[in-house]
Amino acid sequence: MAIVKRAAFAAIRPLITPEGVDLRIRLADAGTRASAFLLDIVFIAVAAIVITIVALFGVGGLGSEGFQPLFVVWIILIFFLRNAYFIVFEAGRRAATPGKRIVGIRVASRSGDGLSIDQVIARNLMREIEVFLPLSIIVGRSGTDLADTLTTVFGLVWTLLFALFPLFNRDRMRIGDLLAGTWVVEAPKRALLEDLSARQDPAAGAFRFSHAQLDAYGIAELHKLEEVLRRDDYFALRTVAETIGRKIGAAPQAHDARPFLTVYYGELRAHLERKLLLGNRRADKHAR
Amino acid sequence: MTAPVRGNAMRGDAVRQSLASFRREREADWKAFEALLARVEKRAPRTLSEEELLSLPLLYRSALSSLSVARATSLDNALVGYLEALSLRGYFYLYGARRGLRQRLADFFLHDWPEAIRDLWRETLASVALMVIGIGAGAWLVASDKSWFGAIIPPGLAGGRGPDTSAELLRGMLYDGDNGFLSGFAAYLFTHNVQVAILAFALGFAFAVPTVLLMLFNGCMIGALFQVYWSKGLGMELGGWLAIHGTSELFAIALAGAAGMRIGTSIAFPGELTRMAAAARAGRIAANAMVGVSVMLLFAGLLEGIGRQTITSDVTRYGIGGGMLVLWIGYFYLFRAVRHGDR
Repeated sequence: MAIVKRAAFAAIRPLITPEGVDLRIRLADAGTRASAFLLDIVFIAVAAIVITIVALFGVGGLGSEGFQPLFVVWIILIFFLRNAYFIVFEAGRRAATPGKRIVGIRVASRSGDGLSIDQVIARNLMREIEVFLPLSIIVGRSGTDLADTLTTVFGLVWTLLFALFPLFNRDRMRIGDLLAGTWVVEAPKRALLEDLSARQDPAAGAFRFSHAQLDAYGIAELHKLEEVLRRDDYFALRTVAETIGRKIGAAPQAHDARPFLTVYYGELRAHLERKLLLGNRRADKHAR
Repeated sequence: MTAPVRGNAMRGDAVRQSLASFRREREADWKAFEALLARVEKRAPRTLSEEELLSLPLLYRSALSSLSVARATSLDNALVGYLEALSLRGYFYLYGARRGLRQRLADFFLHDWPEAIRDLWRETLASVALMVIGIGAGAWLVASDKSWFGAIIPPGLAGGRGPDTSAELLRGMLYDGDNGFLSGFAAYLFTHNVQVAILAFALGFAFAVPTVLLMLFNGCMIGALFQVYWSKGLGMELGGWLAIHGTSELFAIALAGAAGMRIGTSIAFPGELTRMAAAARAGRIAANAMVGVSVMLLFAGLLEGIGRQTITSDVTRYGIGGGMLVLWIGYFYLFRAVRHGDR
């Protein structure tokens, strides 16, 4: 039930290709994006620490002679890590930083055109007020002594409004996304799974279902059943088999749950697909 | 009872057969497309043979048509999901127009950057005017009451300078170059200034108010410093000290402020466009301007960190500063590369 509800709320947006097919892109939710961002921060921090350690060893090895060139290299590298990390990766072919790749999301242009480099730059420069400004206020190094507690609290609330901006709009856009005309979408890599209705089960011959028995369910239930079969959890299979058995008036043995469901899935799918070909898409068990 | 059951099973089997053969026949194409995509996403398209390159759009269209068929006829969720993900990957790859790095750089320096700056001329004027007002205000405040100096310029930044500092000491600060650490200093100045410029730009999002304040305050600091030197008869010398890098740096900061004001004002007053479209449009122009600003600040950092410490003649300092200003203005406003065709 909970999953059905989530599917209804899932942020799906149309994306019509020039060929006229709607690809129905799915927007990444705030949690996924936050985890991608945290991963990136970890990568940046690790890289910064490694660079610093190497530079310190360099100074140790070269002595004061090498200090200046090393300092220049160090400060430029840290600068690029902070400012260019996101831009370089998002301007690449995959339009995603390593953190985004790991969680399977990417940046895309809201208009559906190709993502251009100025969009990537615009969305990432705004991180300055979304991330670094709140941080600098929290750390309290705002540079002046003018800030007392009240102004710090005020500043924090104000900057958190920027940081939490994605939670306040329908398309989960950061301020950077808003200004660049981009959004972040799910771009998972999926493997082609086996066709469940082609599965041959030795015990399958024992089951036959009548027209009435196949009419008990619709497409939504079929998809749930597919999910259960693919997960292949013994207890879930048994519970579902019992429920279906009760509904359609068949009583499979407990150890027969899997073959029973496999056959029922295959027949139900064929039944519903046949209806589909005849122009009747039966959404769920309540539909006629 | 047996007859309808058998009949139903047979009809179902026929549908099942045809869908299974659909998948069997198309599967090789999908796999081939997936493999090609995995390759081009990792490495440049150059590594593909001509034949593979030509097959890419064909395989993409085949995957799309399979998706349409599957959506209309199949209830296998995993299959439809797979085809959706594959088509989306293909779409992003094939329609994400990509230009080579050299082409992009050329476009940026010949067209995008100067065009963005020209587009921002109104905001640039406003931002320069704000700075000038700030300079006037800063000078006037310090002239009317010396204690304003400490309030405007934080002690750490003043570095011992103040209304009560002697003229010799003030003069010394203008010409003392410590030659030990120039390139490091230049690199530090560059990164610091870019960070400030990005902040000035990003703050523009709050309806440009913080950016306006930042521009005014920036001017105030210069004005306060100027007043201190002017009152000791060192105005010209301070001018040279500032001008050598200041023409580039202050111009860049003004442009960053202008970019910030543009996004702030287009969100507040989107005009005929929707607020979203106006913001997106302003953001892209501003982004181009900001990349240019960091290039300008790179020059400013080099001039400040190295040039100012080694060149101590006022005339040369003014000359370099003025020259840079002429160069920037000429490049932004006078130089116009003709754009051939559609880009």
